[in-house]
Amino acid sequence: MAAIEIAQLTKVFPGDVRALDALDLTVVDGEFFALLGPSGCGKTTLLRTIAGLESPTEGTVHIGDRNVTPLPPGARDVAMVFQDYALFPHMTVEDNIGYPLKIRRQPRATRSAQARDVGSQLGLDGLMARRPAELSGGQQQRVALARAVACRPSVFLFDEPLSNLDARLRLEARTFLKRLQRELGVTTVFVTHDQAEALALADRIAVMEAGRIRQVGTPREVFGRPANTFVANFIGSTPMNLLPGVAVEGGVEVGGFTIELAAPPTVGEKLTVGVRPEYLSVGESGPIEGVVSIVEHLGTSSLVTVEVGELLVGAVVPEEDEPAPGTTVWLTPARGRVLLYREGELVR
Amino acid sequence: MGLGRSRAVGFIAPALLLIGVFLVFPGVWTLYIGATNFRLTGVAARTPDFVGLDNYRAALGDETFYHSLWLTLLFVFGSAVIGQNGLGFTLAWALRDTRKWLKRTLETLVLLAWILPSSVVAFLWVAMLDRDGGTINEMLGNTPGVAWIVEYPLLSIIIFNIWRGTAFSMMLYSAALSSVPPSHLETARLAGATGTQTLRDVVLPHIRRYALTNTLLITLWTFNDFTPFLITATDYDAQIIATYIYERAIVAGEMGYSGAISLLVLLINLLLALFYLRVGRRGSR
Amino acid sequence: MGLAKAVVRRILFYVVIGFGTAFFALPVLWLLSAPFDDTPTYAVRPPREFTFGNFAEIFENRYAFGSLLNSVILSIGTMVVVVTAAALAAYALSRARVPGRDTLIYMLLLLSSVVTGTAAMVPIFLLIFQMGLIDSHFGVVLVLSGGLLPAAIFLLKDFIDTIPRSYEESARVFGASPLQILRHIVVPVARPGLATIAVWTIVQVWGSFLTPFILLRDPDKQPAAVLVRTFYTEGGSPNLALISTFSLLYSIPVVLMYLFAWSRYGFRFHGGIKS
Repeated sequence: MAAIEIAQLTKVFPGDVRALDALDLTVVDGEFFALLGPSGCGKTTLLRTIAGLESPTEGTVHIGDRNVTPLPPGARDVAMVFQDYALFPHMTVEDNIGYPLKIRRQPRATRSAQARDVGSQLGLDGLMARRPAELSGGQQQRVALARAVACRPSVFLFDEPLSNLDARLRLEARTFLKRLQRELGVTTVFVTHDQAEALALADRIAVMEAGRIRQVGTPREVFGRPANTFVANFIGSTPMNLLPGVAVEGGVEVGGFTIELAAPPTVGEKLTVGVRPEYLSVGESGPIEGVVSIVEHLGTSSLVTVEVGELLVGAVVPEEDEPAPGTTVWLTPARGRVLLYREGELVR
Repeated sequence: MGLGRSRAVGFIAPALLLIGVFLVFPGVWTLYIGATNFRLTGVAARTPDFVGLDNYRAALGDETFYHSLWLTLLFVFGSAVIGQNGLGFTLAWALRDTRKWLKRTLETLVLLAWILPSSVVAFLWVAMLDRDGGTINEMLGNTPGVAWIVEYPLLSIIIFNIWRGTAFSMMLYSAALSSVPPSHLETARLAGATGTQTLRDVVLPHIRRYALTNTLLITLWTFNDFTPFLITATDYDAQIIATYIYERAIVAGEMGYSGAISLLVLLINLLLALFYLRVGRRGSR
Repeated sequence: MGLAKAVVRRILFYVVIGFGTAFFALPVLWLLSAPFDDTPTYAVRPPREFTFGNFAEIFENRYAFGSLLNSVILSIGTMVVVVTAAALAAYALSRARVPGRDTLIYMLLLLSSVVTGTAAMVPIFLLIFQMGLIDSHFGVVLVLSGGLLPAAIFLLKDFIDTIPRSYEESARVFGASPLQILRHIVVPVARPGLATIAVWTIVQVWGSFLTPFILLRDPDKQPAAVLVRTFYTEGGSPNLALISTFSLLYSIPVVLMYLFAWSRYGFRFHGGIKS
């Protein structure tokens, strides 16, 4: 068990591609940490650099007290699970799980016993003699996890651990993964592009874009108070409303309507107003008036797109209260859920 | 990176060494030998003199050289570019939708022709084409029949080479045809295209790249093929370039001269390869 | 399309298939009939007098089995050299970032199509002569290896490219050394590709005529490919009985190898196209 310290980590690929740009990050011992971002943001590069599969151009990586930057992957005491699981096709499940122990020259008997132990822990009893091709996707994933668990590392690194599973299986595996990590208490860093997954699994999240970390925080922080418009846009299953506005006396004006604010900013300032569709209620009265344009059925709720002047504002309503397209409605933002962004950055 | 530059170089070294010494070096040495009057026997064997471009001048003025080149061109064009290519494609096209057993059987037969050692195949055709007892003449009903190998040596080796080499083209085109997306074929069918039109408009553009690679490979292989020697020996009327070089080098012992010719052949091959590459690049969109 | 057109297509189809079958089957039939005939002729026909006597004659021939053994020595020897060198090189070329790698391989491939055989006959002879390896199996193995390696590397690299790198990276993170990775992971997974190259090499060498023909003098050292031309009767005409029988014996191993490889690995020797 160890904490991870990343200092001024930079990685430049040939062709002057700055995959990582002077990153500083601390992962607390035992935490389940997510690296979240769109493809190309550098999250996988960061993970691979921690693993030692890539060498940084500048900067250091510390695991525990050790500076592992000059060390090869095998000497860092980390275990990595790849997106495609990388189960060796010619070995049985037992041999796959026991492989890291084989490298450490443990005798066959101990290896076998330990592999079975861990396999049992992950629900793989009865499958130990099979080859990976004979397993289902979910089983393969658990074998890959078992192999990582078996070598008792200080750090787990997971590269998109759930993206190869189909939707239904993914949710089960998600819960399983969280429970496993809690039981083992091993510091875990995982990479994902799925924000719902990150919010559900992680203790803390780093949202990345173009080689930089845009925000680090707990899921609540990242969801409730995104530090900039990029994070605001990226997080949330329905995109946050980001509307151009102007500060006025006592509040901010959006689309011709004024929203009252407790601590209003300087009058006349141009700002972006952010409010989640989930925090807008639709009713017969409220500060913002508009006409319903599109209604999308989401299950137990519906996403209503309202035309406010020239702006399109989304609001989530329970399914019973679904308004008909063309009706005039009034939107009320929930208390304290209106965020202001000055030039993309959150105004405290 | 895992492999490490020095280790990677170490891995490549053995292969590179073998290729360098036994493939590249002889190719380069041809340059030098061609510029001497080296012979297998006699004074010139022990102390060859540097004769500069004399051999090349002689070769370029040598009628037998041009004769051989011409025959080789006919041989390559007839047996490879047209023959193997055409027959290979025709068979692949015809077999594409047939019953599995038929496809398997014919493929096995064609493949057998390719697998059998060249010495054996050569003799099989010597047997087929024999004047007195050959199968071809027996089928045609006349004994004594035509002495094919003696009277039509070039034709004989062309047929022989087509028989021997079609398998490669057939398998390549078979794979290429199955890589044409079915949705494209179905779109053509729905638009009312006939078989020929589909072939022309959908299939051929798709396999163009493969056709080019295939033709390049079999052209080079056929150009340098020595096996017809096994049927026609050094018969003047079938003296393709390989046999010609053999005759000059080993039989007549003129190492220098044949070295010069070898280099010219090498250059011709490179030109052919470049030509194909140019054609390939031009057509790719 | 009209009925007439469909009928014409059908006829055309049968003509093509029929011609193809006859064209490819006929010459081979000689190999199956003549060895069993007491007095075989050039023509393909059922044996006039069925006999196994020809096989007995082959046994008695001084050079026959020796030459088959020589073929085996050359084939296996070249196979070992080619597979080992090609595997190492193909792996390194596949995994390491070498600039101009694809051009290099393509050039070598072209070179091997152009230089082997005819154009290099002279320098190869002289080279082997200077190295003192004339009339030795070792010399033949080296020359054949040099000629086959570019194609072998080309095919094998193509194959190794399809093996996901995550296998090796996973093993690396677990602490395996590059040699361990090669032994534990790469070679077992690459087995079909290696087997294909091995069989391909053996078949190429088994049938190889020119190089042994030029480099070997001693008839005791000659492989079957060269020997098969030497069966003449005292009268100077080809001894059909011996030639056909020996050819049959000489062909069987290679056909068996192909069948074996085909059934096991579903051969694809036209590298690059996934069928």
